[in-house]
This record gives sequence, structure tokens and C-alpha cells, in this order.
Amino acid sequence: MSRRDMVLLALAALLIAAPLIVPPTGAEFQGSDGQAQALIEETGYRPWFAPFWQPPSKEVESLIFAAQAALGAGLLGYVIGRCHAAPPASPPLPIRKPSGPFARRGRRDAD
Amino acid sequence: MHIMEGFLPPAHALAWTVAAAPFVVIGGRTLARLAAERPEARLTLAAGAAFAFVLSALKLPSVTGSCSHPTGTGLGGILFGPSAMAVLGTVVLLFQALLLAHGGLTTLGANAFSMAIVGPWVAWSVYHGLKRLGAGPSVAVFAAAALGDLAAYGVTSLQLALAHPDALGGVGAAFAKFAGIFALTQVPLAIAEGLLTVVAITLRAPRLGPEAGR
Repeated sequence: MSRRDMVLLALAALLIAAPLIVPPTGAEFQGSDGQAQALIEETGYRPWFAPFWQPPSKEVESLIFAAQAALGAGLLGYVIGRCHAAPPASPPLPIRKPSGPFARRGRRDAD
Repeated sequence: MHIMEGFLPPAHALAWTVAAAPFVVIGGRTLARLAAERPEARLTLAAGAAFAFVLSALKLPSVTGSCSHPTGTGLGGILFGPSAMAVLGTVVLLFQALLLAHGGLTTLGANAFSMAIVGPWVAWSVYHGLKRLGAGPSVAVFAAAALGDLAAYGVTSLQLALAHPDALGGVGAAFAKFAGIFALTQVPLAIAEGLLTVVAITLRAPRLGPEAGR
């Protein structure tokens, strides 16, 4: 990882941590979608459809959110690792000439 | 930022579903073609999906004192185009609607339209527009991901304003109210998403940048 990447990551972390370090007045850190929901309910609108299943508690909800992030991070890490393990010349793959009876459609100028 | 289950009236929910459906169907074909014709692109597709999966799971605090989450769909839009991202983004939304009651099935079309369609299309357009104007790859990627994220929230605000216009000021006033909740909260998060997208792209292919392995 280059120094520039580390600086960018640190900047992103700082940007997210800043409101927690110096909280704006009256900050409750509720979800903004919940605020929009409250605004809609003020007008007298009631949702006409309910989710089939809801996480039974905050704990279970945080489990599923954590699992989602872990799955994504694991896959992303795998891809980055694979890209680095590849020999330097391979990412822009050379066009293979089709050969043999099972060759898929190749470029016309390859013959 | 997801519009919660049942919070769009049936006519609106249906209209957004109809609007999003062709993008997702065509995106499915693009995805299948990419994976079949260029097996080396599968890793790139996986990176796009994984990035969206991680980022949309993170609810981040913002300067407004409320929390929201980035979309993570700009990376895929830049790497392999917005068409395939429509499908991958919708899969993420479906996961959250079914397992987290975050978003919903009736609002899936509207949420897909903002996060999985408009976001990646804006990111793709900004990226290529800036490249054409001579911007460096990192600047173009940063601006593309950040603006794609903001655009998604703009669309969400518009969707809610159309469905729930203000009693006095109509759709315009309602849009200002919803955008007031989302947009300001989203600005620092969009900048953070832009920075993370630049890092993800350089980590994936340090020497080659966004054009590698398309």
C-alpha cells in the first residue's frame, strides 16, 4: 500500500470520526432514513405494507450488518490478493488465438 | 437512506419498479455476457459487488448529528460500467430488505433506481467526462464516486417528495425538506466514499488503475 493510499484512508477515517469527537449540538446520531420516515408519518401517512421478517432485536440486527460487511470485506480482500499474486504482465490479458474444435468465437483477424 | 417498506403509495411503488426493471434485466444480460466472454472480468465484478456490500452495511455518523450510509455502487460503475451494477446493487438491496427490514420489497424498485441505477450511471458519466477533460485517474475516480453517492440521495429525496408533496408548498417544498435531511448528512460520507473508492481501485491494480482487467 502506497503512502498516498494510507493518507487517503486516514482522511476518510478522520472525516467519519470528526462528528463523534466534536459532536454537533443536540446530536443523537439517529438514522437519516428514520428522520425522513418520521416526517412522512407527521403528514398522517401510514405504511401499507410491512416487512415479512424483522431482526428480533438490535443485537441480531447488528449481527446481520456485521455479517454483510464481513462477507463483502472478505471477498474484496480475496480479489485484491489475487490481483497482486498475478504476474505483472497478466492483468490486460493477451487475446488468445482460438484453436482446436472447441474454440469459442475468436477475432476475425486472428486467422 | 433506503425508503422503508410501505412508505411509497402503491402507484408510486409500482411505477418505480416498472422504471427500474428494464435496467436490471438488461444489466443481467450484460453481467452474464461479461462473465462468459471475459472470465478475467469475474474478479472485477466480484470486487464491485463486494465493495457495495461492505459500504452499504456501514452506518456512519455525520456533521448533522445523524447517521447515514454510503452506497458503494460507484466503484462498479467505473470499473465495468453501470449496466451490470444495476443487478449487483439490486442484490445488495434485496439482501437488506429481506434480512434486515432495511428498505423493502414494495420500495425495492425505487431504491434500486436511486442506488443501483442512477448512482452508477452518474459515477460512470462523471469518470469518463473528467477523463476526457484531461483529469488524472484518481481525481476522476474520486469525483465520480462522490457525485454518484450524492446523486443517489438526490433521487431518493425526489422520490419521497413526489409521493409525499408538502400540503402548502407541493413537491418543491417537500423535496427541500427531504433533501435537507439527506443531502447535508451525506456530503462528508460522499467524500469518504470517494476516498475509499480511489484506494480500492489503486489497491486492486496499483500500476494500471481503473482500466485494468475490464
